[in-house]
Amino acid sequence: MKKILTSLALIGLVAAGTAAFAAEEAHNAAAPTHFPINEPKEMSWSFTGPFGTYDKAQLQRGLKVYKEVCSACHSMNLVAFRTLSDLGYNDAQIKTLAAGYTVHDGPNDAGDMFDRPGKPSDHFPAPFANEEAAAASNGGAAPPDMSLLAKARGVERGFPQFVFDIFTQYDAGGPDYIHSLLTGYDQTPPAGMVIPEGTHYNPYFMSGVSLKMPKPLSDGQVTYDDGSPQTIDQYARDVSAFLSWAAEPHMEDRKKMGFRVLVFLLLFGALVYMTKRKVWEGVAH
Amino acid sequence: MSEGHSTYTPKTGLGRWFDARMPLPRLVYDSFVAYPVPRNLNYMWTFGGILSIMLVSQIITGIVLAMHYTSDSTLAFDSVEKIMRDVNSGWLLRYMHANGASFFFIAVYVHIFRGLFYGSYKAPRELLWILGCIIYLLMMATGFMGYVLPWGQMSFWGATVITGFFSAIPLVGDWIQQLLLGGFAVDNPTLNRFFALHYLLPFMIAGVVVLHVWALHVVGQSNPTGIEVKSKTDTVAFTPYATIKDAFGMIVFLFFFAYFVFYLPNYLGHADNYIVANPLKTPAHIVPEWYFLPFYAILRAITFNIGPINSKLGGVLCMFGAIAMLFLVPWLDTSKVRSAVYRPWYKLFFWLFVADAILLGWLGSQPAEGSYVFMAQMATLFYFAFFLIIMPVLGLIETPRRVPNSITEAVLEKNKGGSGHPAGAMAAPQTKG
Amino acid sequence: MSATDIHDPNRRDFLYVATGMAAVVGAGAVAWPFIDQMRPDASTLALASVEVDVSSLTPGSSLIVKWRGKPVVVRNRTEKEMKDGEAVSLSDLKDPIARNANLPSDAPATDANRTTPGKEAWMVMVQVCTHLGCIPLGQEGDFGGWFCPCHGSQYDTAGRIRKGPAPENMAIPVFKFVSDTKILIG
Repeated sequence: MKKILTSLALIGLVAAGTAAFAAEEAHNAAAPTHFPINEPKEMSWSFTGPFGTYDKAQLQRGLKVYKEVCSACHSMNLVAFRTLSDLGYNDAQIKTLAAGYTVHDGPNDAGDMFDRPGKPSDHFPAPFANEEAAAASNGGAAPPDMSLLAKARGVERGFPQFVFDIFTQYDAGGPDYIHSLLTGYDQTPPAGMVIPEGTHYNPYFMSGVSLKMPKPLSDGQVTYDDGSPQTIDQYARDVSAFLSWAAEPHMEDRKKMGFRVLVFLLLFGALVYMTKRKVWEGVAH
Repeated sequence: MSEGHSTYTPKTGLGRWFDARMPLPRLVYDSFVAYPVPRNLNYMWTFGGILSIMLVSQIITGIVLAMHYTSDSTLAFDSVEKIMRDVNSGWLLRYMHANGASFFFIAVYVHIFRGLFYGSYKAPRELLWILGCIIYLLMMATGFMGYVLPWGQMSFWGATVITGFFSAIPLVGDWIQQLLLGGFAVDNPTLNRFFALHYLLPFMIAGVVVLHVWALHVVGQSNPTGIEVKSKTDTVAFTPYATIKDAFGMIVFLFFFAYFVFYLPNYLGHADNYIVANPLKTPAHIVPEWYFLPFYAILRAITFNIGPINSKLGGVLCMFGAIAMLFLVPWLDTSKVRSAVYRPWYKLFFWLFVADAILLGWLGSQPAEGSYVFMAQMATLFYFAFFLIIMPVLGLIETPRRVPNSITEAVLEKNKGGSGHPAGAMAAPQTKG
Repeated sequence: MSATDIHDPNRRDFLYVATGMAAVVGAGAVAWPFIDQMRPDASTLALASVEVDVSSLTPGSSLIVKWRGKPVVVRNRTEKEMKDGEAVSLSDLKDPIARNANLPSDAPATDANRTTPGKEAWMVMVQVCTHLGCIPLGQEGDFGGWFCPCHGSQYDTAGRIRKGPAPENMAIPVFKFVSDTKILIG
């Protein structure tokens, strides 16, 4: 056993050495080669960690930001109104909320497509008829669907951080990234950096120096009823939390069940270990 | 295997009736109850059992997921999300299946490295080893095709890159690639055939597992000393001794598995696979599932032409060659002594090889640029040198330590040496439990 | 082995039994999600109500809508059909239970109980034969109601089984008139 441990330590040393070696690369502020330029800021979220739960008030605020700001360009095709009960809404509220949307349906008996008010079983209607229309209206880059955005984004953590992440259960790569991106506008690019026409500099963007999306949020843009600060930072946190829920609606069930499963396995494992000791008692091995 | 005759005696009338007509209970009894196993097996030997339950778990969760999945390129991504959102317990089943693949590979790698360390491939277990290699190949094919099914960006581009291997074959390459894809690029026909094959291959794995276990029961298990079983005192009965030890190993393994399924279900996956496949946009850098990374690093390490072989074909050949090495191991190792326990030099090189494989895996996840390429080339060189030079040469020149005469002698020696814990040796009075 | 048998066999037995029981509990808990996943999923359950516009139905006409994957007939009955339905005495019925999801499960199968108060002309019914699930043809057979071509079951104008192998009256789903021209089924 001791030998195995020494060997593992050796492997660790080798890996760490090579990582340090690889990290030594020339940095040129005006022409960066690795993105994002700045690592996402790690925020504190209510839903991380083994007992994490969503903050319903925060999700409701995030939904408001999505409805009033993001949904002008971003679809959320996979999320159904009925699932908003997770945010603490009752059936009547969900019905009213759904009815506020117009859903394209059909064909009817005459063979025509028609518009009708949304029902709880409907999904959020998309702002554009198709991806081509979305791209055409947004300077050639279709705004991505937001249903899974919080799981589809995440900046690589690198060695040795990705090892520590196992023990800290870091699962907020998506929301951290979204929050950093939304609050990362309005910065002055380094001297000499070329920002392509029609794009916006953001050092937190993960695939280039700038992106097509202009700064979407500004202070006071969305009115909160619960007295939360109406700032870009708060909006960004709330919408990131909301998107985390949209991407992983069963997270609370998952973590709750996980705790029970691990406790069971611990107890069962202890029983089996004692049984094993009994069985092998007196048999040298 | 001792003498090979059965000790099964049915106690009930029904048992005798069955035994005379179809001796299935006898087979089970002989294989999993009375079957003698070396008494000195350590926890590295529990991974065979762990692999069996992982295979069963993958097959059962897979069948259930197939009840909800749609293998059509326009619907596949959404059907997986429907499983995650609407199907009862769907998120659990899907995360079990996705992480189950990773843990299946973790277990198989431990199993393979255990075999390499203790020389489990040496005569008379060559066929047993090769059957294992075939299982590993089938697992790789199954894992690769399964990763395509959710039809995310990594699914699509992984499939594009991997099927691109075949286009490296001279003359018929493009023809073969189109045959595999059912078109000029990865598309709906590819997805459909991958789904069909992904459903089929696990049952083929199960078939080869039966052969693997059969071969195992003919030649018997190896053990940490590498000394063959010589007398009855060298062995204990499979049940209860090995069964209970296997059970404990499984629970510990399942604990880690559950930790990932419930707390880090997407840790081993890639964020890009939550973006629906887009044939017009390649992700910034394509990485396969982690269990293919060492081979991926070898593939990319060949950046130069070797005589008439261009770098693309060279990379593909090296990658397949890296797997082919495993098949040749029984004949590459020239040592008379089986277990690395008695081979100080082999032990050193073995651990260097483990480190090399891990390094290759890490390199496979990094972009193929700058110093990474050179490191990958050096690591690839060592990978092949381990099999083609170190293994055969070391067997001839190394002086092994004294090997005990029997398993029993080794066990008694170890217990006398007393490695910290009193081992309870012979019926020490129980104080606790 | 034999050495351990002499001291404290009870504790050993207890340990074995406890371990075995824990294994059974674990296996049971693992089995549940695999059964659970077969139940109708959240999106299926969410679609379980439809609204029908019946303004175009004159007496003697009917329309069919799909509800939970089954055909539901909405029929505006004629005077004659209603009279025929009311004239049947309960003792002539093969199945004397109303089978109306809007009423208690033991309500008798009177014509009134097969419809909804104030809207006795309207039959809203799952048009699936209670024998083996075929779809009966409307306004056919000896009783002027429904006739199932598969195995010859005959229903009257209130959808009650009168003859043939079917055991029960056709089912009335949960429904209500949300206005004079709109019915909400489910």
